[in-house]
Amino acid sequence: MRIWRRAGVVGGVSALALGLSALPAAAQETTVDTGDTAWILVSAALVMFMTPGLAFFYGGLVRSKNVLGTLMHSFMALGIVTILWVIIGHTLAFGPDIGKIIGEGGWIGGLDFIGFKDVGDAPSALAATVPHTAFGIYQMMFAVITPALIAGAYAERIKFSAYLIFTTVWVVVVYAPVAHWVWGGGFLNAVDGLGALDFAGGTVVHQNAGIAALAFVFVLGKRKGWPKEAFVPHNVPFVVLGASILWFGWFGFNGGSALASGGLASLAFSNTHVATAAAIFGWIIPEWIQHKKPTTVGAATGAVAGLVAITPAAGFVRPWSAICIGLAAGLVCYLAVNLKHRFGYDDALDVVGVHYVGGLIGALLTGVFATEQTALMGQKGLVYGGGFDLLGKQAAASGITTVWAFVLTVIILKAIDLVIGLRVNEADEDTGLDLSQHGEAGYSLTG
Amino acid sequence: MKLVTAIVKPFKLDEVKDALKDAGIQGMTVTESRGFGRQRGHTEVYRGAEYQIDFVPKVRIEILVDEGLVDRVVEAITESARTGSIGDGKIWVTPAEHVTRIRTGETGSEAI
Repeated sequence: MRIWRRAGVVGGVSALALGLSALPAAAQETTVDTGDTAWILVSAALVMFMTPGLAFFYGGLVRSKNVLGTLMHSFMALGIVTILWVIIGHTLAFGPDIGKIIGEGGWIGGLDFIGFKDVGDAPSALAATVPHTAFGIYQMMFAVITPALIAGAYAERIKFSAYLIFTTVWVVVVYAPVAHWVWGGGFLNAVDGLGALDFAGGTVVHQNAGIAALAFVFVLGKRKGWPKEAFVPHNVPFVVLGASILWFGWFGFNGGSALASGGLASLAFSNTHVATAAAIFGWIIPEWIQHKKPTTVGAATGAVAGLVAITPAAGFVRPWSAICIGLAAGLVCYLAVNLKHRFGYDDALDVVGVHYVGGLIGALLTGVFATEQTALMGQKGLVYGGGFDLLGKQAAASGITTVWAFVLTVIILKAIDLVIGLRVNEADEDTGLDLSQHGEAGYSLTG
Repeated sequence: MKLVTAIVKPFKLDEVKDALKDAGIQGMTVTESRGFGRQRGHTEVYRGAEYQIDFVPKVRIEILVDEGLVDRVVEAITESARTGSIGDGKIWVTPAEHVTRIRTGETGSEAI
C-alpha cells in the first residue's frame, strides 16, 4: 500500500514491504516484479477510465443545456492535470520531503522529479517492485480525477476559463501537498508520521475534493432559479452508466493502491465490491421508506457513496466490515445530501454529501474496523481492542485536510473571482454552458 | 375540409392509428407533446428532492379530412384511445381553409 517508505521502520504488513524496501537503492533497481508492474499499469488504465465515467455521472444529472459543459469539466482534467503532473505535481507529491513536521514527515516534496526527471525503469522508494514510471502514471490518474470530482459543486454556472485556472492552481497548491502528507512520506503518513491510515484516498481524494466543493458553493453562490425551479436530471441512463464505469474503474483505484499484485490487492478489490453493493441498500431503504419509491438515481448515488467510503479502508478491513462501512455510507450520505436544502446551499450534484461525508465516514470507520493483520505497524481499530488511538489519528488527519483544503480553496477562488470572475453572466447561464462556453449543442432535433 | 386534432395517451397511439386506417384516412401527423388537463401532473423525486411535474407526456395527432369523414374519424379515435381513466385526452375539429399537395400542386380535396 502506498504508505510505507523508509526502510527499517515498516512493521510487517507483507513480505514485500519488509524485504524489498530494506534493500539498498542499487539492489532495488533489479527488483522490478513483472506481475506487480502489469497490475499497476492495468490499474492506471482503470483509474483513467473513471474520469470519463464521472463525466457521464455528472453529465446525466444536469439539465440538457449544460451537458457538454459538464462533460468538459471532467474530460479536460485529463488534459490539464496530466501535463501538470509530469511538470511539477509528481515531484511535489512524491519527491523526498523538505523539513519535518511530525516524526520524519514533512510538508511537501522536493524538486528531484521535476518534469519526471529520474522517473524511469528503476522503482521508487514508495513502490519497491514497479518501475517509477508505472508508479508515476498511476498516481497521475488520481490527480486527474480529484479536481474533476469538485465539478459537481460548480456545475451549470462556471466560466470555462475560470475552471481551467482553478483546476491548475488547485492541483498544485492543494492536492499535491495533501498527497505528499499521506502517501509521499509527509507528516500524516502511516509509518513515521502521524500514523493515520488512508489506503486509496479517503482523505487525499474525497475529503479534499469534497470540502473544496463546499468552499466553491459558498464563493460561487446558487444557480439562477435554485431551488424554486425544478432542477431535474436530463438523462438518468447516463447517471447509471457513469456510476457503473466508476464502479469498474474503482477496482484499479483501490486494488491498485496495494502497489503490488497478490493478497492485499485481492482484499482491497473484493472489499471495494462488497461495500458498494451494501451501500446501494444503505441509500435505497431509507429513500423507499421516506418517498415511497426506490429511485435509480438513488441506487447509483448510493453505490458511489459506498465506493468513496471503502476507499480509505479497502486494504485494512475484513469483508464483513466492508458491508458495515457500505451500509453506513449509503445511509449517512442519503441523510447528508438532504441537508443542503435545509441550509440552502446549492451543491448542485452533491459533492459534499457524497464525497466529503463518504470520505469522512470511511476514514473514521477505518479507525474502527482496521485489523491488526492488515494495518501497518500493528495498528488496530476500535473493534479489535485498539481503543481510540487509531480513530483519533484518523480524525486528526481528516481535520487537518479539511481545514487546509477549505481555507486554500476559498483563497484561490476569491483571487480568480477578483481577476477574471468565476461565474458566467446571467444571460449565458440561461442559455446554458454548452452554447455560451463551447458554441455547441449536446442534442440536435434534426440530426 | 377539416383539421382533426387529438391529444391521446402515448401507449394508445398504435391502436388509434389502426382504427383510423380502418376508417379510411390517407395520412396523419404525430407529435410528442406535453401538457395537463384534469389529470394534473405527478411528482418525481431525485436524491430526496421532490419536484411537481405539471406537464405529462402525450401524443398529438393531426389529420386533414373531408367533411364527410369527420364523424367517422372522431368516433374511431374516441373508441380506440379510451381507457376510461382520467387523462385519456381530447379531440377537436377546426375548419381548414386551404390545402395544397406540395409535389403536384393539387389543392382542396384532391390534396388530402
